[in-house]
Amino acid sequence: MMQCCDARAVMKLPGGEKLCKTHFCAYFEAKVRKTIRQFDLLGEKERLGVAISGGKDSLTVLSLLKHISDENPGIAITALAINEGIHGYRDATLETARAFCARIGVPLHVFSYEEEFGMALDGILRRHDVRPCSVCGVFRRYLLNRKARELGFTKLATGHNLDDECQSILMNQFRNDIKASARLGPKTGLKERQGFVTRIKPLYLCTEKEVTTYAFLNGILDAFAECPNAAKSYRAEVRDMLNDLENTSPGTKYSIVNSFLQTLPLLKEKFKDEALGTCPECGEPSSRGVCRACVWMRKVQATKKAEM
Amino acid sequence: MLITAHIDRENRTKPLALDRGANVSGLLRALGINPVTVIVARNGEVVMEDDELHDGDSLSIMSVVSGG
Repeated sequence: MMQCCDARAVMKLPGGEKLCKTHFCAYFEAKVRKTIRQFDLLGEKERLGVAISGGKDSLTVLSLLKHISDENPGIAITALAINEGIHGYRDATLETARAFCARIGVPLHVFSYEEEFGMALDGILRRHDVRPCSVCGVFRRYLLNRKARELGFTKLATGHNLDDECQSILMNQFRNDIKASARLGPKTGLKERQGFVTRIKPLYLCTEKEVTTYAFLNGILDAFAECPNAAKSYRAEVRDMLNDLENTSPGTKYSIVNSFLQTLPLLKEKFKDEALGTCPECGEPSSRGVCRACVWMRKVQATKKAEM
Repeated sequence: MLITAHIDRENRTKPLALDRGANVSGLLRALGINPVTVIVARNGEVVMEDDELHDGDSLSIMSVVSGG
């Protein structure tokens, strides 16, 4: 078994190589920087937004991008967080996010479903029989894009990692929704789509285990907090299946994402003519007339009216 | 030998009797935890699956799963 040096190993890579703390952190940081270069995620001048939840993925990406920003004065960083209104979960993670931003000197904006949509997620779920992540995802994507555009961000970075991308690729396959996969990749929402702020995923080639290990070794990992709704999601089923496969066949996740990256240009070409208009109600980008966020906002307003 | 393992995702600490010479991999197997989904620390230091455990060890098992 290959080992980087005599120091105690903290990580075994899928190929079998073992790395100590120093070499693992150097490997991880180099991989993120290489991802940024390889996929042209950052220009010399950016007004960069970083979407954070207070979890280890988004705080890790914020920390790494802050280093890059410090080295490149043309890149200014601001963090953005969404308070969905999930009792017993989000308050604590937002507090972690606030403390972390204060510690590393990054300004933070927080927006809530309650203020933006008139109702917190918990309230919506009490009144509607729906998978939590479906409505929450619609509102979160909508709000992040709108606020990123209003704040003048040239790009919005997220903490999505290799595991997240793998899950999305397979979920789209299982649902026969290949068009949705054409919108995946390390850099999405390119400017040909009017109104979309380009999203970048610097942790695209880092596994969840690598991110967690890096966060732990660098004092970024806070107490474990899991959204109480996460276990009910289809994504959680796909995640567990993928982790079982990765355990018996190390490197499976890399293989899935690497093969996807080879087909992504073909997918983008196939769906390049798909019309992307704007929602007639809110003006946000939409491929289906009234956008799903507005459909849900109507439902929320109707519920509130009925209860008055 | 007797060790204790704190599982952060379940927020519980569990005492376990393991055979002498057992390693981290054996511990996770005994707990039914997929090693891909966690990192394990002893005295604040990450340990690997083939690291041997010792009587009285106190381990922290941290989930790598995204919290949402």
